[in-house]
Amino acid sequence: MARYQNMFTQVQLRGPLEAGPPLRNATFTRTGPGFYNYWMGKFGNAQIGPIYLGTLGMASLIFAFLSFEIIGLNMWASVGWNPVQFVRMLPWLALEPPGPEYGFSMFVPLNKGGWWLIAGFCMTTALILWFLRTYIRARALGMGTHVAWAFAAGIFLIITLGFIRPMLMGSWAEAVPFGIFPHLDWTAAFSIRYGNLFYNPFHCLSIVFLYGSTLLFAMHGATILAVGRYGGEREIEQITDRGTASERAALFWRWTMGFNATMESIHRWAWWFAVLTPLTGGIGILLTGTVVDNWYMWAVMHHYAPGYPGTGVIDPATLPGAPK
Amino acid sequence: MKRTPYTRTALAVISGLGLLALGGCEPGHKQTVQYGYRGTGMNQIIDVKHMVSPGTIPDAPYPLPADGGPKAGETYQNVKVLSGVSTERFNHLMAEISQWVAPPEQGCAYCHNPENMASDEKYTKVVARRMLQMTQTINSTWSPHVQKVGVTCYTCHRGNAVPANKWALSAGAPHPGSILGDRHDQNPVSADAAYSDLPTTGFADYLLGAKNIRVYGTTVLPKYDGKGASVQTAEKSYGLMMHMSKALGVNCTFCHNTQAFGAWNLSRPQRATAWYGIRMVRDINNTYISSLQSVFPDNHDRKGPMGDPYKVNCTTCHQGVNKPLGGVSMMAQAPALWGPVAPYTAHAGAAAAEPAAAPAAAPADAAKPAPLAMNGAGPGTAAK
Repeated sequence: MARYQNMFTQVQLRGPLEAGPPLRNATFTRTGPGFYNYWMGKFGNAQIGPIYLGTLGMASLIFAFLSFEIIGLNMWASVGWNPVQFVRMLPWLALEPPGPEYGFSMFVPLNKGGWWLIAGFCMTTALILWFLRTYIRARALGMGTHVAWAFAAGIFLIITLGFIRPMLMGSWAEAVPFGIFPHLDWTAAFSIRYGNLFYNPFHCLSIVFLYGSTLLFAMHGATILAVGRYGGEREIEQITDRGTASERAALFWRWTMGFNATMESIHRWAWWFAVLTPLTGGIGILLTGTVVDNWYMWAVMHHYAPGYPGTGVIDPATLPGAPK
Repeated sequence: MKRTPYTRTALAVISGLGLLALGGCEPGHKQTVQYGYRGTGMNQIIDVKHMVSPGTIPDAPYPLPADGGPKAGETYQNVKVLSGVSTERFNHLMAEISQWVAPPEQGCAYCHNPENMASDEKYTKVVARRMLQMTQTINSTWSPHVQKVGVTCYTCHRGNAVPANKWALSAGAPHPGSILGDRHDQNPVSADAAYSDLPTTGFADYLLGAKNIRVYGTTVLPKYDGKGASVQTAEKSYGLMMHMSKALGVNCTFCHNTQAFGAWNLSRPQRATAWYGIRMVRDINNTYISSLQSVFPDNHDRKGPMGDPYKVNCTTCHQGVNKPLGGVSMMAQAPALWGPVAPYTAHAGAAAAEPAAAPAAAPADAAKPAPLAMNGAGPGTAAK
């Protein structure tokens, strides 16, 4: 007999497609009736659509497409429009920001980083438009705007890396290139240039929140799945009753670690951990080069890093008669 | 609970993907050596299976003859660098050079006109003479890098007329005027930056030009003097460092403490050796190789796309090992390559008889050692 489960649900309901509540203050209607997909039903709801794009959604997609095309076509051009090389070398290819010689100028020749400025502008615009869309859609459904603000935290980190910090440093050369390996190399070079980012306390905080997010996610996901047989996914409606999934879940943690989050607070914990990851990371990036030039030396100065015994090696450039 | 076929399929797919992800790992025995203070990660991890052989030194063509007898400058015409070496040893070195560098089918004739050995008509002989001076300079003045081991022609050539590992200036953007396709000298899949996508301008910037690698912040707080290196400059030096790592077959921690890459007092002494090495290579490329620009033929075996002769980088000698040729000195079989040899001057009588000819035969500027000074030498003698 088919059983109802809350992960990889084996029962897929089929009936008239659900259109959702009527739109309020909307310029577009939802497109099409939607459809069922069996395999999507393995992961979530089997009903796909109807989707609502609206003005903001359409505008956001147009800017995202522009940015995607500018980056992709620049990468393709850099291998002489060779499709085979484009696929083979894709992880290496990049769209690089302007060099230090251009400072923070808005007018940079296209092949010297001008395309990067345009692509960055389009990407940022697309992200902000999508943020507004999530905000307005949440309001239209009478929801809170938590999703929008969590998304905004991520956008803050992106804008910090690509715009605010380069502006404070007065140079686009500080910004991150577009590209798979290139952006990782930027990360390593950034850390080497500014004396090891691991000694940046905001970097530490960001890691705490990042790893903490995964820990909380695993704890919460595991707890709810474990009480799924008592209908644990219907968390809130069970809070006040005895012997429910909700009470068992709470008891489990109180027995194993003496403390339990509540059905509401666990979601606040998760939200703040997730949001604080890019926020603290962004603060760490903002302080680097603007307020602190060498995080290792800063950490030693504040007795935050241990001073390891030296090796006695002397900078050869300081020796008399050394070659330059 | 009974497992359904779907669960089984899902589990199989997930474990299969996990195994696939392991494909990126390098199986096999690893050797780990601790090189620094505990807990600082100063380790070398050596993949034993992929260790590069340091190469073997060929036996000398015949045993080194005793020093003595007439000098090469006395016996032969047009000997400019090695005129003070005994004829026996001069001949021995020529046989070695033929073995180390010249294609076997050509032998002596690769550089010499067999009809007139003294003639400079073959450009290869002019190059070889300059390379002899270079080798003597390396062994006599660049000991902070080559230590007491030194180098010979074989260290780089290894039996090839042109060393296998070399570089030349890159051709740059294919269409400089175009609004597309400028790669900013980076992101190729190139051995020059050890297949990273870091900039490959490091050779031109640091091994030919005299740009400084020091991008690391030296003060806690920024100086706001506009002289701080940008992240892009850091990437350029990083590209060269990747080359050095690949050339020597070592990790970053062979020289640096990654806790503070720029701090000299936390680095290993090897970093200072490498520092001299960068300057040595710069000297080789500028003083010796670039000076042969007009001597080399316009040939893509000898010159790069920009028409500059092929130059030296760390791989030219090191070839994947931190001590070229296993750190074995070849001094015993080619002593003339160690330091400038006092030139042969004709006897007083001969000089009196031909007052004009003798000074002309003397190696006026040929044997001039590069005026470089190392630690402890007086200031003001640095070449550049």
